[in-house]
Amino acid sequence: MDTFKVLVVDDEQPFVDTTVNRLVKRNIEAVGVLSGEQALELMKKRLFDVVVLDIKMPGGMDGIETLREIKKIQPLAEVILLTGHASVETSIEGMRLGAFDYLMKPVSLEDLMVKLAQAFEKKDSHEQKIRKAKIKDLMRHPARVLEQEKD
Amino acid sequence: MKYAALQRKMIGITLLVSLAPLLVLGSTIYYHFSEVYKQRMEEQILYRARAQADAVDLFLKERAAILSAMADAHSFNEINNETRLAQIFNIMNTRAGAFVDVGVIDNAGTHLSYVGPYELRGLNYYQQPWFGEVMSKGFYLSDVYTGYRQMPHFIIAVRRQEGQKSWILRATIDPDIFGSLVRAAQIGKTGDAFIINPEGVYQTRPRFGGEILSQSGLNPHVFGGTATVVEKKDEKGNRVLYAGKWLRDGRWLLVISQEISEEMSTLIATQNVEIAIIALGVLAIILTTVFTTRGAIRRMRQADSEMHRLNAELVHSDKLAALGKMAASVAHEINNPLAVIMQKTGWMEDLLMDEDPQKVKNFEEYEKSIRTINEYVERMKKVVHNMLGYARKMEPRLERVDVNDTIHRTVELLENYARINNIVIQKDLASNLPITGSSQSELQQVFFNLISNAIDAIGKDGHIHILSRVEDSFITVHIIDNGPGIPEERQKKLFEPFFTTKEAGRGTGLGLWVSYNIMKGLGGSITFTSEAGKGTDFTVRIPVVAPEST
Repeated sequence: MDTFKVLVVDDEQPFVDTTVNRLVKRNIEAVGVLSGEQALELMKKRLFDVVVLDIKMPGGMDGIETLREIKKIQPLAEVILLTGHASVETSIEGMRLGAFDYLMKPVSLEDLMVKLAQAFEKKDSHEQKIRKAKIKDLMRHPARVLEQEKD
Repeated sequence: MKYAALQRKMIGITLLVSLAPLLVLGSTIYYHFSEVYKQRMEEQILYRARAQADAVDLFLKERAAILSAMADAHSFNEINNETRLAQIFNIMNTRAGAFVDVGVIDNAGTHLSYVGPYELRGLNYYQQPWFGEVMSKGFYLSDVYTGYRQMPHFIIAVRRQEGQKSWILRATIDPDIFGSLVRAAQIGKTGDAFIINPEGVYQTRPRFGGEILSQSGLNPHVFGGTATVVEKKDEKGNRVLYAGKWLRDGRWLLVISQEISEEMSTLIATQNVEIAIIALGVLAIILTTVFTTRGAIRRMRQADSEMHRLNAELVHSDKLAALGKMAASVAHEINNPLAVIMQKTGWMEDLLMDEDPQKVKNFEEYEKSIRTINEYVERMKKVVHNMLGYARKMEPRLERVDVNDTIHRTVELLENYARINNIVIQKDLASNLPITGSSQSELQQVFFNLISNAIDAIGKDGHIHILSRVEDSFITVHIIDNGPGIPEERQKKLFEPFFTTKEAGRGTGLGLWVSYNIMKGLGGSITFTSEAGKGTDFTVRIPVVAPEST
């Protein structure tokens, strides 16, 4: 299995830097960006397993908008929402848009790691299901192999 | 106060408008009725006076006629024979009656012959005033007088001219028979009938207050020329009606009297019935007015106080909503820096792990400082989370919640705390509570806050009652303590954040605010009533909704 790839998106640079450093120290391939726009830009180039996304980022795209775009670019990537203040409506909206879960700031790294692990597990099993489904599908329709390879 | 004034005004106006016509109508009827009745009474008594006067007149005329006939039918020589006179007296009494005696008097006034009970023979009447009158006019009917016999009586005398000679036939009328004829007109208990002369002297014995020939005290002249009715008060103050009819060309006045009160007794009874009906009507109107007005005012007052309560609630919830927004933005501003601090200390911990503790001077001090910072960050985190009411992970999904079970679980957590303070928690939970869609953890948080507040309020020795009931589409849970109650000035602030009565460091002042918001979020409510010295009753209303299927 490849290393675990995490993208941290938050407008607080010290938070992003430190969190990334701590994750990297724990053998997680973590990258940090300071806005939704930067996150989307990066995700067009690189695949991530989990995105840790702050809901409230003043100035640019907010977390919910970013989440919506992320799901278009990398539907399989799990998103954990971070929120400085919990607003039920926003969180429910986030869950509805496909976020894996949300965490209240300030969150300890241990809690974050647990949540990341769960998200990764889910993603992994999801991917496995897809893979199995694809295999089944291919067994039934071998002609599609060529098309798959073109993708 | 304003309600009392309004009530008085409404009652006053209603009574005025409804009673005035009734009273005006009642008194008009009363007045007219008595006027008509009195008029009728006067007519009746006058009619009786006239009729009786006619009867008396006829009586006298008959007596006068028979006396004249006897005189005319006999010569002096015939009639001056006492045997014959006795026969004539017999005929007179047989034909007409009421004669006491009869006598013959010559033109010198000497009583020549006499038939009757008195010794009048030989007496001379020349000096008597009636003698002159009968001699000149030919006929005389006297007033009542005593005369020689010293008994009240009256006489009829006729003169007979026989050639050059004239003589007088004179008869006495029995005053008792005459009196009883007059008295035949009296009726009832107070009615009287008598005759007086123009000087007001009784000519017949009245039924009340007087003897024949005594002064009646009536002024006959008030009765005018013919027949009249007058009203007078007697010596006892009773109103008496007198009807008078002159007889014998104004020489006698027949008077019939009747006390008005007796005559009016039927009218008075009728009027009493009328008064009673009006009084009942007035009473009914007053009672109806008072009761309906009171009812209306009471409903008005209830509506007003309900409106005030709703207004106050609205203002209160607006205020809490504004505070909520403020708290949310404060929380955000605090949480972001806290997140950075937490990561930074965590990073420092990570880095320290790489160091050799032996080589780093003050290694333990670094570790200790980091731990302390972490502790304080945790504490701040807790405060902010509490402030937002989401200390637990939010579960917006409506899970299946058994409210009684939630209460049991919460009480279990607090039982020890209650026991060491000698506080008994009694549960009276309805067995028919439906399973509702809600958030168990949040409800538990609410119950926890309320029960632990109740324990803190009591302090030591007391009891807490927890009741659950189904009311309409809500489950209500009462948490009732017998603590000291909440002073009125604190009641208004009870649901505001950071409002606490507990000593510093023991309460954040967020429990009730969080509970309030949780219940609001769940579509329910928290209310309370509190009485100083008796305790407080917190009521939690949880809507009964279908749980989301899992």
